[in-house]
Amino acid sequence: MIPGISITEILTLTSILFFIGVYGFLTRKNLISILISIELILNASVINFVVINKYLYPDVLQGVVYSIFIIAVAAAETSLAISIIINLYRQIGSVEVKDTETMKY
Amino acid sequence: MNLSYILLIPLIPLALFLVLGIFNKKIKPAVSGYMGVSGLAISTILSFYTAYEYFFVQGKINGAYQTFVEKMVWMNFTDTLHIDLGILIDPISVMMLIVISTVSLMVHIYSRGYMKGDEGYTKFFAFLGLFAFSMYGLVLATNLFQIYIFWELVGISSYLLIGYYYTKTKAVAAAKKAFIVTRFADFGFLIGILIISFHTGTFDFETLNNPEGSAILNWASSSFMGLSAITWALILIFIGGAGKSAMFPLHIWLPDAMEGPTPVSALIHAATMVVAGVYLVARLFPMYYLVEEGFALRIVAYVGAFSSLFAAIIAITQTDIKRVLAFSTMSQLGYMMMALGVSGFDGHEGVGYMASMFHLFTHAMFKALLFMGAGSVIHAVHSNYLKDMGGLRKYMPITNITFLIAALAIAGIPPLAGFWSKDEILVATFENNLFIYGIAVFVAGLTAFYMFRLYFGIFWGKETNYINAPHESPFSMTLPLIILAVLSVGVGFIPFSEFVTADKIGFEAHLNYPLAAIAVGFGLIGLLLAWVFYKKENDLANRFANAFGVLYLWARDKFYVDELYLFITRKLIFKRISAPIAFFDKKYVDGTMEGIGNKTVVISQKIKALQSGKVQDYAFGFMGGAVVLALVFIYLWTN
Repeated sequence: MIPGISITEILTLTSILFFIGVYGFLTRKNLISILISIELILNASVINFVVINKYLYPDVLQGVVYSIFIIAVAAAETSLAISIIINLYRQIGSVEVKDTETMKY
Repeated sequence: MNLSYILLIPLIPLALFLVLGIFNKKIKPAVSGYMGVSGLAISTILSFYTAYEYFFVQGKINGAYQTFVEKMVWMNFTDTLHIDLGILIDPISVMMLIVISTVSLMVHIYSRGYMKGDEGYTKFFAFLGLFAFSMYGLVLATNLFQIYIFWELVGISSYLLIGYYYTKTKAVAAAKKAFIVTRFADFGFLIGILIISFHTGTFDFETLNNPEGSAILNWASSSFMGLSAITWALILIFIGGAGKSAMFPLHIWLPDAMEGPTPVSALIHAATMVVAGVYLVARLFPMYYLVEEGFALRIVAYVGAFSSLFAAIIAITQTDIKRVLAFSTMSQLGYMMMALGVSGFDGHEGVGYMASMFHLFTHAMFKALLFMGAGSVIHAVHSNYLKDMGGLRKYMPITNITFLIAALAIAGIPPLAGFWSKDEILVATFENNLFIYGIAVFVAGLTAFYMFRLYFGIFWGKETNYINAPHESPFSMTLPLIILAVLSVGVGFIPFSEFVTADKIGFEAHLNYPLAAIAVGFGLIGLLLAWVFYKKENDLANRFANAFGVLYLWARDKFYVDELYLFITRKLIFKRISAPIAFFDKKYVDGTMEGIGNKTVVISQKIKALQSGKVQDYAFGFMGGAVVLALVFIYLWTN
């Protein structure tokens, strides 16, 4: 609980953060940038968990514990994604999204 | 009577079929020929031994020949209704064993010469084995269902052998025609069997044929359209028999079946398989005779008489020698049916039954001989047509003499075999039905005429200039000719009425001199006419044919029965019934299904670009969807 700041303001912040992530995910041409955007989306939700826990249910800890879980899973997921991207780079020598559409139709 | 060795008679040909069929390529032609001949020789010896045992060792008990049956239950439906497999030994089945084994053996010996050098030599003998097995099974059957099984088996072996030259389109077409036409007839047979088993609760010949049994005594208990149901069943069974025995109007397959190898024609389409229909009626004779005062039997008589006249007229005009013989076979089968049809049951009244079986027996010998003689001629001149023959008596003395004997026998000239059996048939028809007797005598004259037309056309007449001088056939082909010629002379002297009669008691047959004289007279007239027309080359025959004008043309074209069938099937059934149904099926049923499929393809072609393969496009779609759903939920929530 931060004095002087209401829950609405923080949720507005996380919403902005979330949609920045979405925008980045949809528009970036580089796979690494897309991965970073995903991290933004995840972090926005993690902040949401913590804030809602702190402001609405101050005497329990589920939201905080959950956010730690999400950070752990996100780390694993990022490492997986990075390894896929590295393999992709070895195969086609590029990490551009436009070069990875051979699976269409 | 110990029946176990009789089982070997059909099983040896079956073993031959399996061995020759499975090791087709591994067995050398010479070996397979000997295997076939020796196997059939054993069967023949066993058949003759069976006949000896049956007629002379067992003999008559209380004045009548016994029926021996050995069977096991194969399929059990109810306590009374079950399908058995087994062997039944009575006078006609023993007689048929003799006929089949003798002719089969002769054909096997003959085929070794006739089929020499043929590619499928071993296969040919395998098929002959299958046929012999099926035919033995047919005559030994103890019940209607077993006879039906073997009935179909002879049908399939006939199909295989007609279509033996499978590279010839005509042979394949003929095989299919034979199979389909007889299949239609067999359908009647099957329905007949089902009706009989439904009303009597049994398939068994002994139970059905028992004159005191419930099947015969209770025929009136069920009726259908003014006739007893049993009578209908018997008529349907006769349709099956008419199909196999080439009775009008189901005869159309027999002339075409001549596309098969000539030994096959001799065995299947002259001596054995085609008499199966006659045998079937004879097998159920007490039923035919006693149910509804013999209504079904009268149909048999008239169909037989008509077929015999019809075929004899066509035979006069044919130019393919095998077809003449085919129509002659049909005519003689009609004779047998006719004799059965006018027969009574007890004692001398059963002369028609006896005459029919007698004629079946003698006819098998001389008709097989005629076919083999024709085969020998075809072998020499490589043509089936009379115009390519003439004056062959100098080149082929043995064929000439044996063919002459057979022709005299079928023309009913004493003292050859055909005279005796034909005389009995004429006696039977004379005592029973003068109209049929008239037809029979007329046909006897026609028979003599067309046989001698054939004989003079082949062996006398004008000399054809042969490119290669024809020569007598090898010994393996002339030996069966000589044996059968001896039989054709001799078998007429068997006192048949002592052995094979409807009531199994037998009677003493006497030659009816006036009737015999009339028949021989007609035969001689036919013979002399043929002599005048064909012995020396002259145009009398042509002038005579022209005098008949359109009748002659009709007969030459077989009275357009084939065309009638084609008209009914192609123009009426195919065009008026099948074609609209096929149109509906193709247009609407298939059309709907195909339309659904085609539309799916078209739509997916159009929307497949949505799958761009770019992750971000999918994510955009997902986001858009989520936003829309969110808006919808919010909207619903707030109202």
